Amino acid sequence: MLVFIVRRLLISIPVLIASSVLVFLMVSASGDPLAPLRANPNVSQSAIDARRHSLNLDKPLPQRFAIWGANLVQGDFGDDLNGRDVRQQLFARLGVTVRLVLVSQILALVLAVAAGVLAAVRQYTFSDYVVTFTGFLFISTPLFWFAGVLKEWAAIRLNNGLDSLFHTERRYIYTVGDKTPDFEGSFWGRISDYAGHMVLPTLAIAAVTYAAWSRFQRASMLEVLSSDYMRLARAKGLPWRRVLIRHGLRTALIPLTTVVAINVGLIIGGAVITERVFNWHGLGDLIVTAANNRDVNVMLGWLMLSAVAIIVANLVADILYAYLDPRIRRT
Amino acid sequence: MVTASDERLVTPERPTQMGTGPEREFTVKARTQTQLVLRRFFAHKLAVGSLVVFVVLLVLSLLGQRFWKYKYGVPDTNSLSQPPSGEHPLGTGDLGEDGLAQLLRGAQRSMQISLLVMVMQTATATLVGAVAGYFRGWVDAVLMRLVDLLLTLPGLALLIVLASRIQAGWIGVAFVIAFLGWAPDSRVVRGVFLSLREKEYVEAARALGARDRRIIVRHLLPNSLGVIIVNATLALATAILAEAALSYLGFGVQAPETSLGKLISDAQGAVDTRPWLFYFPGVVIILIALTVNFIGDGLRDAFDPTQTRVRA
Repeated sequence: MLVFIVRRLLISIPVLIASSVLVFLMVSASGDPLAPLRANPNVSQSAIDARRHSLNLDKPLPQRFAIWGANLVQGDFGDDLNGRDVRQQLFARLGVTVRLVLVSQILALVLAVAAGVLAAVRQYTFSDYVVTFTGFLFISTPLFWFAGVLKEWAAIRLNNGLDSLFHTERRYIYTVGDKTPDFEGSFWGRISDYAGHMVLPTLAIAAVTYAAWSRFQRASMLEVLSSDYMRLARAKGLPWRRVLIRHGLRTALIPLTTVVAINVGLIIGGAVITERVFNWHGLGDLIVTAANNRDVNVMLGWLMLSAVAIIVANLVADILYAYLDPRIRRT
Repeated sequence: MVTASDERLVTPERPTQMGTGPEREFTVKARTQTQLVLRRFFAHKLAVGSLVVFVVLLVLSLLGQRFWKYKYGVPDTNSLSQPPSGEHPLGTGDLGEDGLAQLLRGAQRSMQISLLVMVMQTATATLVGAVAGYFRGWVDAVLMRLVDLLLTLPGLALLIVLASRIQAGWIGVAFVIAFLGWAPDSRVVRGVFLSLREKEYVEAARALGARDRRIIVRHLLPNSLGVIIVNATLALATAILAEAALSYLGFGVQAPETSLGKLISDAQGAVDTRPWLFYFPGVVIILIALTVNFIGDGLRDAFDPTQTRVRA
């Protein structure tokens, strides 16, 4: 097992280097970082030249890559266009995004496993059709539209309803932002403020993730249900419920584990839209703003952080798979 | 009640005139692979229903604008911000834009982009997957490492970074989406090719002196067509959602033009005052993506009936 992990770790190093080259090439090909300055008539030529020099744009591409790569290895992501440290921004934003992603992923996982198993055990019954149809529906729904619908129906109307019910003038569920700015109040007040802001974005991401996972879990459970060892366990007289959970579910969860691990790496990029809709200032918001401003260092740092997250997630998925399914290790 | 077909069973003289015995007994009709697949597909009610709805949506989005009295970009200044009515079935915007005219134009763009993505993405994935799976060795290694590399990059963020550069209009948007979408599909095609190339009929073809190109085009491609078609339908569904997401973030279709995603994005600020402009484009996206997904599911079952077996 240790050999497996070490070998797998060593493979990730060249992958990381290759993806840093690719990221650098794509960002350099994605446009002229000086265009916003050039378009502004109030900016003098000397200021443009100074910016070009500070971004190393007067040097050839390989040299620029070498400088950027050397700094990156030392943990220096460079500064953004306003001179602020990119690394600090990235990690501050990461905290906000992780808060959003973690809860929604756990929620989606629990729902997806329950629904997938139910649909598989009751294949071709009403509950299977309901699960399958909602899965298809959420896969086919644009996230930002669903979020808009949630805002309108699950927040504004619900808040109004609760207000008229309790004769209050406050909001229970927030539609904008990750927290109330300058919130003054007790510890519990703070927690409920966070929770109120998290409800809608969490639901939105969870719904879409649930859709994909429940289909996956259903397929893997169906495969396990038709296997011989399940029939054997049943034939030996074990109660059906026990066969289902101890023998069936444990095996059927293995494929999903890896999907979940990979998805956690991907979702940092996937939260872009949700953060935009709900006006959260997380990583997704950062990349959109950076792309609009042609902020090269932020884009590079962001993409590298995300690539590292995906590579690590893949690594974790592989190791988990090898741990859970010993057949993988032998090869 | 005796119908014409029953009559044939009870009258013994006629079948004996028609050649050999066993054929008459079982009346087995030879069917080609295509006929089998089509029969199975058309037995799938949900998929057939989806196909009908999708074809209607396709025709409406590609041709509908010609037959509607209001044109995109020509506002009706007499009715501003009107809810749906007989005159404007989907209401109007704050400048008097007709909702239906906007929707038809947006659907046209979204559909064009998605169809183009589907063609480009499927063609690239098939080519790469076929070459990698058939030739194996270093060709396979190089191509699949490239695919692995593309998969380590965050899709949507890269779309944003690349799309901020693209000035080529909707074709450029389609290009960017297809560029980032072909990698997983090519893996699937490669997998099918890897297993098919070991089959006896390929060996037979090679023994008869067939060249690589002929084996790929005449033997392997037709047999992996099922997987390729299913992937193409799924590519269409993801493309329509990707286009919507890009346009929503402002990196897709640009201002004088519109698309379904852009329509939703534009209407977002006024969900309270003009909800009709917000809800209809979203419903159309869902309808397109949902029907395409159902069609893909039906096709998958039709091409590979082993996946639908009922538990014993």
